[in-house]
Amino acid sequence: MSQIQLTVNGRQYTVDVEPATPLLYILRNDLGLQSPKFGCGLGQCGACTVIINGAAVRSCVTATSSVKGEVTTLEGLASNGRLHPLQQAWIDEQVPQCGFCQNGQILTAKVMLDKNPRPTDAQIRETMNTTLCRCMSYMRVQAAIKRAAKTLAEPSPAAGKAVVP
Amino acid sequence: MSVSDGIPKQIEDALLTNRRDFLKSAGMLAVSFGVFGGTRIAAAGQRGATAQGAGPYQDPDFHQIDSWIVIHEDNTATFFVGKTDPGQGTGTGFRQLMSDELDIAFDRTTLIMGSTDITVDQVGSGGSTAMERDSWPMRRVAAEARRVLLDMASVGLGVPVTQLTVADAVVTVKADASKRITYGELIAGKKFNVTLTGENVSSITGQARTKSVPELKYTGQSPQRDDIPAKVDGSLKWAVDVKLPGMVHARNVKPPFACATLTGIDESSVRNVPGFIKVMHKGNYVAVVCEREEQAVRAARQLKTTWEKPASAPFPTSENLFDYMRNATPTSPLRPNVAGDPVAAFSRAAKVLEAEYQIPFQGHTAFAGAHATADPSNGQMTVYSNDMKTYGMRRGVATFLGMAQDRVRVVYRQGPQGFGRTAAEDAACEAAWIARELGRPVRMQWMRDEETAWDTKSPAFLVKVQGALDATGNLIAYDYHARSCDYNHIGYNEPDTVLIAQFMGSRRSTPSAGSSAAPSDMYAIPNRTTGGDVVSLPAIWETPLRTGNLRDPNGPQSTFAAESFIDEAATAAKSDALEFRVKLLNAGTTDDGVFRRARSLAVLKAAANAFGWDARPSPKPIGKGDILTGRGVAYAFRGQTVVAQIAEVEVNRHSGQVRAKRLVCAHDCGLIVNPQALRHTVECGTLHGLSRALYEEVRFDTEKVTSVDWFSHPTLRHMDVPDKIDILLVNGDPNPSRPDLPPYGAGEASLKPMLAAIGNAIHDATGVRIRRVPFRADRVLAALKAAGV
Repeated sequence: MSQIQLTVNGRQYTVDVEPATPLLYILRNDLGLQSPKFGCGLGQCGACTVIINGAAVRSCVTATSSVKGEVTTLEGLASNGRLHPLQQAWIDEQVPQCGFCQNGQILTAKVMLDKNPRPTDAQIRETMNTTLCRCMSYMRVQAAIKRAAKTLAEPSPAAGKAVVP
Repeated sequence: MSVSDGIPKQIEDALLTNRRDFLKSAGMLAVSFGVFGGTRIAAAGQRGATAQGAGPYQDPDFHQIDSWIVIHEDNTATFFVGKTDPGQGTGTGFRQLMSDELDIAFDRTTLIMGSTDITVDQVGSGGSTAMERDSWPMRRVAAEARRVLLDMASVGLGVPVTQLTVADAVVTVKADASKRITYGELIAGKKFNVTLTGENVSSITGQARTKSVPELKYTGQSPQRDDIPAKVDGSLKWAVDVKLPGMVHARNVKPPFACATLTGIDESSVRNVPGFIKVMHKGNYVAVVCEREEQAVRAARQLKTTWEKPASAPFPTSENLFDYMRNATPTSPLRPNVAGDPVAAFSRAAKVLEAEYQIPFQGHTAFAGAHATADPSNGQMTVYSNDMKTYGMRRGVATFLGMAQDRVRVVYRQGPQGFGRTAAEDAACEAAWIARELGRPVRMQWMRDEETAWDTKSPAFLVKVQGALDATGNLIAYDYHARSCDYNHIGYNEPDTVLIAQFMGSRRSTPSAGSSAAPSDMYAIPNRTTGGDVVSLPAIWETPLRTGNLRDPNGPQSTFAAESFIDEAATAAKSDALEFRVKLLNAGTTDDGVFRRARSLAVLKAAANAFGWDARPSPKPIGKGDILTGRGVAYAFRGQTVVAQIAEVEVNRHSGQVRAKRLVCAHDCGLIVNPQALRHTVECGTLHGLSRALYEEVRFDTEKVTSVDWFSHPTLRHMDVPDKIDILLVNGDPNPSRPDLPPYGAGEASLKPMLAAIGNAIHDATGVRIRRVPFRADRVLAALKAAGV
């Protein structure tokens, strides 16, 4: 066991765990951040995605001791009580079916739009390709990304609706 | 009021709660997940055994309006229904229908679903029965509640009911609008105390009539689904998210091959794992328990076990499966349905066609492994689960553990899509057994390789079809023989066939017979033989090739064969594939009670118009380029719901890669409750059909499943979706003056024709008929090469 410092969604934590413990279990079971999901434990599906240093990272195959930099989870995406435009677009397009994968879809899309605010259809498909959805909500995920990109490109970005208190 | 009234304690509490304050603090949207279930978890978290002491968990009495509807002081209503909604919007649809019948604004209502101690037993979900069957008792109860409230208002306002009008939960005297009273004022904090009649939950009714379609106001609109906000802001608490005080983590250790016998466990191999608690085993069932989740994962991998192989191979390899099935002896004799005189018709045929179609085992491959959390506090058992049939799970767990049913409850939580996997759920019995043995709450979770290898499988099919064409290309005789590999099909939450029971030695004296399926079309073929039989693999117990219901259990398989064959017949008759089908439908002169023939024609016409179908025989002249394009059509019904699909595909002649460029799905399920939710459900179902057409197949050697993750058992991905998909919601009732048809089932029907539509499009593009799915690149390339394309 060793003490590891983590910064997640702007808060600092110290956890005492085996260094190789996948970050996913720490987030879910110790920090109470359960939006990242266990889908495969192999880094194949994307359900466990978090953002670290601007990159979409599969937390199920990321040793906690290897985390250098602030972690953002889906819970940390809203700011000042407002949903992120991606989350709002997800509601407007009624994207999820079961919704289990949508943590990975939204955060992977966030990282893409941060780097490339105006992705082409082909770029969206390619970037999102390894983030799986068994309900097959892909068409709506892609539509919501385009909607959010448009919102983000507006001169005065229209913020999302207030998060339910 | 007491629990013994048959009204759940939580509903009693709700009657006494100041709803307005509660809604303000909880937030309307979180209510359906937060108020009852969420409070229960929080309570368990704070008080542990005290919350468990709330049992025994008697069945809510479906004869009482109070079990279904609670009206609050602030004139809002909560509906309680015995269904589950894995994200297709059925819960929102129930609210729309019940709001309409009760005459209350949709956004003043909330809905609670599927937890066995607080909602009446409507089975849960499955078989696309939500709207078709289970919305009716909800509607009748809501209509009866409205009638009772009007009676109460009549007394309160001192005028006959006929002189009252009601809108949005406010009753008003027609002649004097200043005289009004709200539902909340009439009944909040009180019980209806009205007993409904009906032998079972599906037939339950009061005296009131339900509204006709034109009277429905919210039904037919598309309010947004109420489950979505919590799914995108990360606040939803899923079944996988349940945390209880003192909870420990379990992982299974599966046999390395099917039908293996456990000969040894070396517990010392895991004693050095931090947090290790115990190895649990009985018979061939083995699991490890640790304090933390990652510790249990490690211990399960590290535990040394020894196993003895079975004396003979439990199954053939996946490559040899169809040879095996062809030569196997059926478990019961074929008893086909015969219409007309097929023998005579075949003997006078100008041309006889014969083909054999192969559909492998396909996995449910739920997006995450089976999971459940079980709490054994106070000698009772609470299971938190995403089981779609929570009521059956409750009975199954109680029987498996030998507990009285009223000591067991299942709390429903959302879970990863499983398409029927959770009807034959495994983790609950495992978690509950371990929890009881240990005396601590246990969270069980299957790993990816475990789930993909050992989940229930959709049965493999081998289908032989023959057809006779006359000299003018009419299909005058037809012989369809389906053979499924489906013996010992696993049913819903059966305590004696759930995998842990099998590993512990349970053997049913009469395994489930399984089933094959006939085509589902309305073609008028005068001489027709249809039949099916079932064959068994050598091993049927403790095998990963156990079959269960996957979304329209046999439909995609039978329709792949039937609708590929009709296409082959059209080609042999040098007819356009769509016109050939229309001609077969128009050859009929009668229809059934739900106008399925007329509606079949309507969906085909709608799909053809949207696609821009040009009539010509298939295949088209084979192109010269690297990419060959073609289009294909297929159609089927499931129950009363009729679906036609058209696919345009691109086939790469050098790689064999098939891509669907465009899809059209025309879908008629009668009355549409929520068009947007339906359109999305149909779109997802269509793409699931595409995934099964292109990728999904269980692979195995003679002792184990070898397709165990998303690479070896692939699924559709973002880059695979078509450039365009048209979902057409058709109302094909041939009589425009008749009120709309009732709602039929939606969801499963939309993936039924897709396998054949893709195969037919590949044939149109390449001239090569591939009679085996999935159309993986290597298989397509081999077929193209063999044909010299």
